[in-house]
Parts: sequence; structure tokens; C-alpha cells
Amino acid sequence: MKLVGQQKPELLLTETHHMCPGCGEPLALRGYLEAIQELGLSQRAIAVAGIGCYTSFSMTTDVDLVQALHGRAPSVATGVKRMLPDSIVFTVQGDGDMVNEGLQEVLHTAARGEAVTCILLNNGVFGETGGHMTATSVIGQRTKNTLDGRDADYHGYPILIGDLLAQLQGAAYVARGSVHNAGAVARTKRMFKRAFQTQMDGGFSFVEVLTMCPTGWFIPTSEGPDYMSATLGEVHIMGELKVDGVVKSTDELHEENVRKAAEMEQALARGGIDT
Amino acid sequence: MSTVKSKGTVTIAVETCKGCELCIPACPPAVLTMSSTVNHLGYHYPELADGCTGCAACLLICPDFVFEVFREARSPAAGAAT
Ligand code: SF4
Ligand code: SF4
Ligand code: SF4
Repeated sequence: MKLVGQQKPELLLTETHHMCPGCGEPLALRGYLEAIQELGLSQRAIAVAGIGCYTSFSMTTDVDLVQALHGRAPSVATGVKRMLPDSIVFTVQGDGDMVNEGLQEVLHTAARGEAVTCILLNNGVFGETGGHMTATSVIGQRTKNTLDGRDADYHGYPILIGDLLAQLQGAAYVARGSVHNAGAVARTKRMFKRAFQTQMDGGFSFVEVLTMCPTGWFIPTSEGPDYMSATLGEVHIMGELKVDGVVKSTDELHEENVRKAAEMEQALARGGIDT
Repeated sequence: MSTVKSKGTVTIAVETCKGCELCIPACPPAVLTMSSTVNHLGYHYPELADGCTGCAACLLICPDFVFEVFREARSPAAGAAT
């Protein structure tokens, strides 16, 4: 028998980590670290980490890394890239970090068309500080400070950051992945690869990933994927929102999602997904 | 003796498992079940029965890097999704 899937990504130093059971963030981490490795970029990659639960990987990720302050990662990434233009620079941020604390940083970085990649792990809550509402929490979502669900009249509407960035002329590639099932995880990894390729071609790229936070959502870990699909996933629609500067419609995204899900079912039935 | 042919197999690092159970419904032939005993962290962990296809769905959905997946070499025509 042939090894088809390694236990952990090579660019991660330890198998063990401090994330909660059922957390979606390590699944996204696997995706971008394997994408970097497979594209042969591990010696050129420089990560700029935001502040969130995922920051605990800053000590165990085997690529050069700069720790930024809350929300500031895209601006730090801009500086790193301009000083070291041959490097592959990417941010790792949560929705609290990127969309609440530092919204203008990512907007301006995209608008300027900086040749960096911004990665957003979106779970609709401030996971690290206890699970309260963020700017991406969807209407009706129960969080620590919206116990009866987010109310549009009182809390306002969610910011669909991927859709917003796709409208900016400076953004070349914008995608929204998800880790609610194995097929989606594999598809999200391909989005990371296209994003890094876009950066190598000189454009700004953005990959948002919907990730489970059962702790912040007050639900059993096993219900995380279905809960996410029924809440965040219904509003923040998965798919490649903008490719080569062309923005796709929501209908096109839905069609593509149905087709991709069917393809993945067939692949699993035939015997496997390439990891 | 088993009558189910396994086209693949997995290793399960039970001590790093946090018992989230995401791998259980992810497994297409349903050959993973949670253990009745617990690991040193106090979590139940998955156990493998015969019939694994080596599809890697469990590895892709496991947040705690518990699985390693092996697959029988197949003819290229069978093709895996990329
Ligand atoms: S609080 Fe949420 S995001 Fe943070 S580690 Fe736990 S599950 Fe993951
Ligand atoms: S490789 Fe596929 S068939 Fe084997 S245990 Fe994992 S999910 Fe199940
Ligand atoms: S998905 Fe991983 S951590 Fe969760 S129960 Fe299965 S093996 Fe354990």
C-alpha cells in the first residue's frame, strides 16, 4: 500500500496543538501549509499572523513569520513584500481581527493591488476571547452577546468581506472556501494554490475560509459542520468569487457548488480524494 | 475471518485525538466507530473496522492530525479527484 496522506503538514512542527475539539482552523492551516510546500515556496514564504486562536500556531509553523497587531497584518505584509519582492507573503487573520479590528487595512491593501495573499479564517465569532459577535456573524446567529441571535435592527447587518473585496479593482483573485466536509477541504486547498499563483503573477489575492467554532457557537463538536453550512454558509457563499479580475454572480457560485459537491461524491465512491 | 476486502488503511494516533467525532460521518464506507475506552486526554477515539478504501476523507476532516492514509495502487483509469 502507498502512503497517500501524511498525518500533519510537513511545515508544521508538531501534531499536537491547543485548539478546541472540532475547531475548523487547523483544517485551513493544513491547506495553506501543504499548498506552499507543494508549490515549492517554503523557503520564500513569509507569514504575517494576526491575533486569534490560530496565533498559537505562530510558534509551530515552519515558515518565517512576523507577528502583527490586531487587524494590521495586511499593512505589515505590504511592508515585507515591498522590501523583499521575491518573497511570498501571506497574512493569517480571523474575522474579528480582519473585519472588525482592522477592516481598512485589508481594503486598502486589496485596492492598492499589493502582491500579497490575505487569508481569513471566518467563524463569525471572536473565538479567542469567548465567542461574542463579529462583523461577519449572520442574522440570527447566537453568540455570547447576541443570545437571542443577531438582530439586524439592533446589531446591523453582516459584512460579506469576500464579496466586498471582489468589487475592488485592485483584487485579482478572491475565493471563499469552507471546511465543512472533506470535499470542501480539498477544494479550499486548490483555492490557496491559485491565490499563491496569483501573487507570483503580481496580483493581490484573498482566500476566506469558513471554519467551525463549536466552542463559540455553544454546540456539540459533531454538529459543527452542519450548523456552519446552515448559518454562515447560507450567507457567505462558498466559491471562487473573482478569477482573473472577473466577478461571478451568486447563481454561478451556487451552480458550481452543486457540481463540485457531486464530483466529490463520485471521487469518494471511486475510492479517494488527493489530499 | 473477515470477508470485507480493504483497498486502503489508516493509522490512528489515538493519543492526539480530541474526540470531536467529525471523522465518523465523513467516512463513506462507515468503517470508523468511536471507542468505548478513552485516551490519556480523556477522549474517546475512532477505531477502524475492515473495508477502508483509503479515500482520505477522515484525514481531510480531522482537526487534530490523527490519521495517516494508505491506498492500494490502482490503475490510472480509476483516477482520484484532484
Ligand atoms: S474558540 Fe473556536 S476558533 Fe478558537 S480554538 Fe476553540 S473552536 Fe477554534
Ligand atoms: S480512508 Fe476513507 S474509508 Fe478509510 S477510514 Fe478514512 S474515511 Fe474511512
Ligand atoms: S476527527 Fe480526529 S480528533 Fe476528531 S474524533 Fe476523529 S480522529 Fe479524533
